[in-house]
Amino acid sequence: MRTVLPETPAAPAERAAESPFHRIATDFLSNPVAVVGLGMLMLVVLAAVFAPLISPQNPYDLSQLDVMDGRLPPGSKSPTGGTFWLGTDDQGRDMLSAIFYGLRISLAVGATATVLALIIGLSAGLTAAYFGGKTETVIMRIVDIQLSFPAILIALILIAVLGQGTGKVIAALVTIQWAYYARTVRSAALVEKRKEYMEAARCLALSPVRIVFRHLLPNCLPPMIVVATVQVAAAIALEATLSFLGLGLPITEPSLGLLIANGYQYLLSGKYWISFFPGVALLLTIVSINLVADQLRDVLNPRLQK
Amino acid sequence: MTTLANDVAPGPETTADAHPAVLTVEGLRTHFFTKAGVVKAVDDVSFTVGRGEVLGLVGESGSGKSMTGYSLMGLIDPPGRIVDGRIVLDGTDLRALNAEQLRHMRGNRVAMIFQDPMMTLNPVLRIDVQMIEAILAHEAVGKAAARARAREALVRVGIPSPDERLEAYPHQFSGGMRQRVAIAIAMLNSPDLIIADEPTTALDVTIQGQILYEMQKLTRETGTALIWITHDLSVVAGLADRVCVMYAGRIVEQGTTEEVLSHPAHPYTRGLLDSVPANNERGQRLKQIPGMTPSMLELPPGCPFRERCTYATVECASSPPTVAIGVHGHTVRCFHPLAA
Amino acid sequence: MLVFIIRRSMQSVVVLLIMSLLVFVGVFAIGNPIDILINPQADQIDRERAIAALGLDKPLWEQYLVFLKGALTGDLGRSFVHATSALGLILQRMPATMELAIAAMLIAVVLGIPLGLWAGLRPNGIAGRTIMAGSILGFSLPTFWVGLMLIMVFSVMLGWLPSTGRGPTTLLFGLIPVSFLSWEGLRHLIMPATNLALFKLALLIRLTRAGTRESLLQDYVKFARAKGLSNSRVIGVHVLRNILIPIVTVIGLEFGSVIAFAIVTESVFAWPGMGKLLIDSINLLDRPVIVSYLLVIVTLFIFINLIVDVLYSALDPRVRLTDSKG
Repeated sequence: MRTVLPETPAAPAERAAESPFHRIATDFLSNPVAVVGLGMLMLVVLAAVFAPLISPQNPYDLSQLDVMDGRLPPGSKSPTGGTFWLGTDDQGRDMLSAIFYGLRISLAVGATATVLALIIGLSAGLTAAYFGGKTETVIMRIVDIQLSFPAILIALILIAVLGQGTGKVIAALVTIQWAYYARTVRSAALVEKRKEYMEAARCLALSPVRIVFRHLLPNCLPPMIVVATVQVAAAIALEATLSFLGLGLPITEPSLGLLIANGYQYLLSGKYWISFFPGVALLLTIVSINLVADQLRDVLNPRLQK
Repeated sequence: MTTLANDVAPGPETTADAHPAVLTVEGLRTHFFTKAGVVKAVDDVSFTVGRGEVLGLVGESGSGKSMTGYSLMGLIDPPGRIVDGRIVLDGTDLRALNAEQLRHMRGNRVAMIFQDPMMTLNPVLRIDVQMIEAILAHEAVGKAAARARAREALVRVGIPSPDERLEAYPHQFSGGMRQRVAIAIAMLNSPDLIIADEPTTALDVTIQGQILYEMQKLTRETGTALIWITHDLSVVAGLADRVCVMYAGRIVEQGTTEEVLSHPAHPYTRGLLDSVPANNERGQRLKQIPGMTPSMLELPPGCPFRERCTYATVECASSPPTVAIGVHGHTVRCFHPLAA
Repeated sequence: MLVFIIRRSMQSVVVLLIMSLLVFVGVFAIGNPIDILINPQADQIDRERAIAALGLDKPLWEQYLVFLKGALTGDLGRSFVHATSALGLILQRMPATMELAIAAMLIAVVLGIPLGLWAGLRPNGIAGRTIMAGSILGFSLPTFWVGLMLIMVFSVMLGWLPSTGRGPTTLLFGLIPVSFLSWEGLRHLIMPATNLALFKLALLIRLTRAGTRESLLQDYVKFARAKGLSNSRVIGVHVLRNILIPIVTVIGLEFGSVIAFAIVTESVFAWPGMGKLLIDSINLLDRPVIVSYLLVIVTLFIFINLIVDVLYSALDPRVRLTDSKG
């Protein structure tokens, strides 16, 4: 129920003088929710990166563990004089430390998979868009078919076929994700292809590689950034799910999903903290990434820019 | 006020007094309160429309003509608001009505036709549904009776095979036909006034002519008043009894069509007339009004047309001109009305 | 309309054949069918017998025909673990999964569309903003963890609901075992169904809200108001009919995804469906079951796509009427 506003000519182009990055940054920070999201995300990343430095205990150094300390509730005192702020798991590991290390692994796997998928997907999508014709049809058909299947299914089948292990989990994640990037970049590239600067580049007889990488790619980046951000969260969530099902990372690389799986059996006897806190950490990570991605999407959307 | 018998066709010579006023608008102001500032989309607009009369509301985009139409219908949404003025439709003060009462006026006593019929008819609903609901919203008649009335309305606007057409969907009609349907819907409840907002702009010229003719015929037959909003002077010339020229939210000139078009008193009207290609000489450059419409957020003080006007003086910059009677007897808002 | 259905059905059959070919190639040509379909613990004699029975000594195209025949007659090998027909196992578990998936979808639709509509009509109100914030949470929360938390709260702490398993079943139409017809069954169903519904609920809310906001800007809403129609009619008929079309499509397409995601929920709640069977089979390397699951799921997906297409054309007159003429 909106009447269209009477037309007003655009406000003078004062903002063109700022660099795009500056403008994006200011737009982004204007939304308090996004700032909170970014803040949380920074905390998570810092915790993951500096895990060995800030953990009270190295949870994977067997010499530091004592099974007798197992399953202690949050706030219990540790024999070395510290506090198990978030309790311990069945092996006597301090949950807080386990979570920091787990964050590290979850983020590392998620980020690695995303970057690899991004590279593959970008290449495929740009190739499809640039060359068109049969190449495009074949590539996009594969993308379509793949995207019509739920990620979890593809992941499970791949793990079933390839077997388990960190590398294979990353491979599965990459296989699932590349299609999103391919599709997004191809749509963006198709739009850009028609613009004049592309024609100019072709007239200058620049090599296709150069055209694609130095002219086409930078202009397709904004939607890609949004997709990549969302996909990191999705990759982290998917890896956690796989690990929970026992089909993800091996126990030598305990991601948050594995921690949660560990705690599952103790849930029914009331020792909730073994599953609860890693879950909260996972939740915070994913929510903060999604909040940032949401705001990025609005900020980078050319249609909303005046 | 003298009243004419209904069967006398109003011609260009008759003045407003010949028709009893069905709509009186006095000092209408509709403002939009945006973050960037206040836009006075409709700024002190006053006019009357007589029963059975056709009033042309002419102006460029952004002149406030459509907003005037929406204001009359009560379709202004936040951040816009009617801040002042009187709107009296056949004795009823529209601004004194609450939302529910106003809703009963819409589509019933006053109806509106929009520019693009493809977008105004709901693409997923059948034509009969969209017509019948317009009747049932205001009258408790049976569905069959409503359907019969809808069918009749389609016949009156010249749509063949009305029974089939009733069961069709909007996308199965051509542009001209859809607009006829929109006209039929507008006329369903025999309103006192129809506001047509650029109804032929989106159609091709030949269809335009047909629609114009149909509307003229219909309004003459039924005695319905018509406000025709357009940017096209040539449409107004053939159709309207009286004309209001709008600029930057104000009516700058108002009078009978004949008066205004043959003896324009406001420099803007003069400029509009001069720029019509048919009025230009072959081989010469087309005349244009210099400059651009000012931003409604940053109207210059004084007369809004000042910066584009070749007759502007210092006086024009100080305060907005008030309404005056020009040389030829019709009203104009200018300190220096043209005498030619 | 009938022509359309027939045409789409034929297309679906073709796609089904192609998919079956893909699965076949994956199992028989790329993978080692001997490892996949024959119990590794079988001795030499059994192996040779199995090889002959499966036709693994025949040329590839003949194997495909055997495979197809097997699929159509319901014989895709025997489970290594359960020693019964693999396909039979899957089909036996299918009603449980379908019940869960349908319940989840229902919850998502019944809650999601009204909430999304509200958020779209009043985007700046407190309710609207809360709903949107909630929806972000909805698809950020990892499903399995939410399931765990639900169990923790409602089973362990409050003791209101049973933590795992499916309730007692009765036969619907004398054929299909369903559990929702009994109170005890519902008690078991509600948590896993809600858990599964969460993601789709968030999705639907966002979709409905976006659709509503977009619709409200359209001219036909303006025109409907200009006709003097009541608010409830404008929203309930004009807006709703328009936004339902893309939403129905999404619901249909997402249904397949719900069935797949049930794998996780079934694992958390020990719900005896196809998904749990799949996980167990992967862990136990019970490959015939995995193959059977794949085929069943693919068939389901194609079938769902077909229904969605038909529904879409039924709802959108622009598609229906141009298609039947063309």
